[in-house]
Amino acid sequence: MARDMSDNDILKMELEQLQKEVKNTREPVSKTAKEICEWVEAQAAEDPLIKGVPEDKNPFKEKGGCIIT
Amino acid sequence: MEPQLQGQVIRQLFFLIGATSVNSILLRKDLCSCRKGMLSSPHQNTPRHREILCFLVEMAAQPSDTLATLKTESETLKTKLEEERAKLHDVELHQVAEKIEALGQFVMKTRRALKGHGNKVLCLDWCKDKRRIVSSSQDGKVIVWDAFTTNKEHAVTMPCTWVMACAYAPSGCAVACGGLDNKCSVYPLSLDKNENLAAKKKSVAMHTNYLSACCFTNSDMQILTSSGDGTCALWDVESGQMLQSFHGHAADVLCLDLAPSETGNTFVSGGCDKKSCVWDMRTGQCVQSFETHESDINSVRYYPSGDAFASGSDDATCRLYDLRADREVAIYSKESIIFGASSVDFSLSGRLLFGGYNDYTINVWDVLKGTRVSILFGHENRVSTLRVSPDGTAFCSGSWDHTLRIWA
Repeated sequence: MARDMSDNDILKMELEQLQKEVKNTREPVSKTAKEICEWVEAQAAEDPLIKGVPEDKNPFKEKGGCIIT
Repeated sequence: MEPQLQGQVIRQLFFLIGATSVNSILLRKDLCSCRKGMLSSPHQNTPRHREILCFLVEMAAQPSDTLATLKTESETLKTKLEEERAKLHDVELHQVAEKIEALGQFVMKTRRALKGHGNKVLCLDWCKDKRRIVSSSQDGKVIVWDAFTTNKEHAVTMPCTWVMACAYAPSGCAVACGGLDNKCSVYPLSLDKNENLAAKKKSVAMHTNYLSACCFTNSDMQILTSSGDGTCALWDVESGQMLQSFHGHAADVLCLDLAPSETGNTFVSGGCDKKSCVWDMRTGQCVQSFETHESDINSVRYYPSGDAFASGSDDATCRLYDLRADREVAIYSKESIIFGASSVDFSLSGRLLFGGYNDYTINVWDVLKGTRVSILFGHENRVSTLRVSPDGTAFCSGSWDHTLRIWA
């Protein structure tokens, strides 16, 4: 548990973790950013909060009359 | 001056005095036959004197060596890691997103207000049926609502206050919750409204400090929890056994989120040590970690595709981390926003990021372009929790003003 560990132990834990992470494989941001953008564009057509939902289909929209919120 | 440094200085002084005393003693005619002390004549030192001197010097040097060496090694590795990451940082996300059409004006209003909690709402979760919501509050009450009609379907009173975590089971038949009791308990929901839910309660997780977040994995059988004791753990609901524990945070873990099911067995956690870590659930190892926030991380949420995650922090920013590029790729902040973000969630497509802040507002960000598209007012106290519904048609926010609001 982090609260019970001495400073030395915490540092050793962080050191071991850093040694592992330096060896991770990484891809350039230009490639991954492009893929994220493409994924979003493909999905955005179906996103109800972006394209909006017709009043009668959305269960949360009121059907008329007074609304007291 | 740091207490550790003070300790070092005192230790060094002590040994210096000790060494000089031994030296003087050796110089006294009646105690020692040698005419010259250890420190005065290096050419004349005998093995015995050398041993004593070396011993004293070693003793003085030892304690400071370990802590300082570890720190410097840690710093060097961190710089190396940053260099490796920077090599691949050839372009910014918003530059790649320049060609994408800007979003239109957003009109989002409160469509429902769920009133019934007697105190601050701390956590909420949607049921997979896109209609029910479970919420928990400071007074120990856990309530299951029907979001369409605003009716309360179930209510449970926990034996502790500050129920900081609650989650709906994938089947919709149970809820899990916990907080200052250091435990995560599962309550099966019965169809009979009169039945006392507290009687069927099952204690699943046991931590040594408060429970900050909990989440069912893809089935009702396993729960992932995070705690103020600095660890996360995976539990089997039926037996209450810990299946895996995750150590790596240096302080309280405040939040966690499971990767979307298609992308595999990982989850991300964020804590008071300003770090967010991605874990492999099967091995218990931390796979990647990020330390760019300047304060406690209150909320982490995976991007719908599973390749990235966002975090909201007390430093008033939300940030997006790309897992394959292994770095932070966007910061969502404005000079006018000075209060911490308590909770973040993405819209269905990942184009919008909703952030609930401690200044009572909800900011809506364009994830790709990095700009704010809307700011929503309505709550009368800080927004503590925020979740988008499973089908993305609305999102719900819970606040310290005792209410939940559904926006669409």
